[in-house]
Amino acid sequence: MTELLQLGLHALHLELGARMVPFAGYEMPVQYPMGVMAEHQHCRASAGLFDVSHMGQVILRPKGTLSETALALEALMPIDVLGLPEGRQRYGLFTNDSGGILDDLMAANRGDHLFVVVNAACKTADVAHMTAHLSATTEVEAVTGRALLALQGPKAEAALARLVPAVMAMRFMDVITAETLFGPLWISRSGYTGEDGFEISVPDGGARGLADALLAMEEVAAIGLGARDSLRLEAGLCLYGHDIDTDTTPVEAGLTWAIQKTRRSGGGRAGGFPGAARILNELASGPGRLRVGLRPEGKAPMREGTALFDGNRQVGQVTSGGFGPSVGQPIAMGYVLADKGEIGTSLTGDVRGKRLPVTVCPLPFHPTSYKR
Amino acid sequence: MKYTEDHEWLRIEDDLIVVGITEHAATQLGDIVFVELPEVETMIAKGDEVVVIESVKAASDILAPVDGEIVEVNDALGDKPGLVNEDPTGEAWFFKVKVDDLSVLDSYMDEDEYQDLIS
Repeated sequence: MTELLQLGLHALHLELGARMVPFAGYEMPVQYPMGVMAEHQHCRASAGLFDVSHMGQVILRPKGTLSETALALEALMPIDVLGLPEGRQRYGLFTNDSGGILDDLMAANRGDHLFVVVNAACKTADVAHMTAHLSATTEVEAVTGRALLALQGPKAEAALARLVPAVMAMRFMDVITAETLFGPLWISRSGYTGEDGFEISVPDGGARGLADALLAMEEVAAIGLGARDSLRLEAGLCLYGHDIDTDTTPVEAGLTWAIQKTRRSGGGRAGGFPGAARILNELASGPGRLRVGLRPEGKAPMREGTALFDGNRQVGQVTSGGFGPSVGQPIAMGYVLADKGEIGTSLTGDVRGKRLPVTVCPLPFHPTSYKR
Repeated sequence: MKYTEDHEWLRIEDDLIVVGITEHAATQLGDIVFVELPEVETMIAKGDEVVVIESVKAASDILAPVDGEIVEVNDALGDKPGLVNEDPTGEAWFFKVKVDDLSVLDSYMDEDEYQDLIS
């Protein structure tokens, strides 16, 4: 076991009274004294500040043109990168040769380069993967010396606009650079809570000042990983390594919205990404299993790993499950055989040896409120 | 009141032992959203997983502190699991157990010893 890394804002988390836990090789704040439930509710009602500096920030700098870099990246994922306009960001997925998902990510067109944010647990592998496949056209630079903060919730815009007025003009998935007294901020209007909000890449030297300035605002409270997980689960968003991994395809995972027409059969740049044969076939014929929302009927949460049954036949399993503070009930996501994936299908889940009723339901559990 | 190293409290009430978890344990667990209690008349042996407590994030087992028979459980926790956070040593008791000999409590920590453990 290697030693845990500390975030640049480690001291701030301790001052705020965070409980720190190991996560993806880092010591991370799982909750603050407010507690997971209240932190979750605060983010939904006001604005929450998350330190997500453990995530990987990567710059893809073209050796030639940005289009060449975009096309090279398209060879690693079933996403329209070439058509991503300057100042816009898009969700993406690295796939492997069998159509599984190596990681999910955000990719932004920042004019003279692409900026990619990847999951912490995958970042070393992702940088190696990109370096191995993009080096003919692109310098792959793992960004160091910058923190990543997320400000999420209905009052995020009002709070951040006091420091960076330009964010008021941003729409969901816009990206800008803002020169501030905290240094140049790379801001996207996005996040992973289902709420409107922003992700802010800030130089290490300005991170504490920015965090302090935001936390000093009445609307803003620090939110830990615990509430980040319940917020993203209510929003129906996948957690890599749990809901998606190398054994799940984007089609099984219900992430087909992320695959633009041009990369599909009949499109201008159809296929040409790892696992294309399987993924395009599943798009045409349907996958064998599907990621679905699940509502346990009782009060007992169904956690990750809970086996799902139709009668005595196992038809799937839970990949994320817990309690939804805004829903007020246990909620879960998991995979079921495709013919058991219809909304309203009644199944049972094995909770400590008891078969408890659970119903397939639509995602998200809590409506998203992105500023489109 | 007596205490176990697993952060349960035990007190005697009408020749029965009442069991719950300490405020320290409740704080550590965080917001409790579900408590699964044993059935009345269940025979339990010390160390059995007898109660499951679910917080927003995770499930935790509570182990039986003594051998005996469950004679009453706190059904109020079914509707209001949050009582465990609000009043862990009072309203949020888990179950009452009948034991052969109440002197089994003697081996557990008293208040001072427990405070030393958690400090």
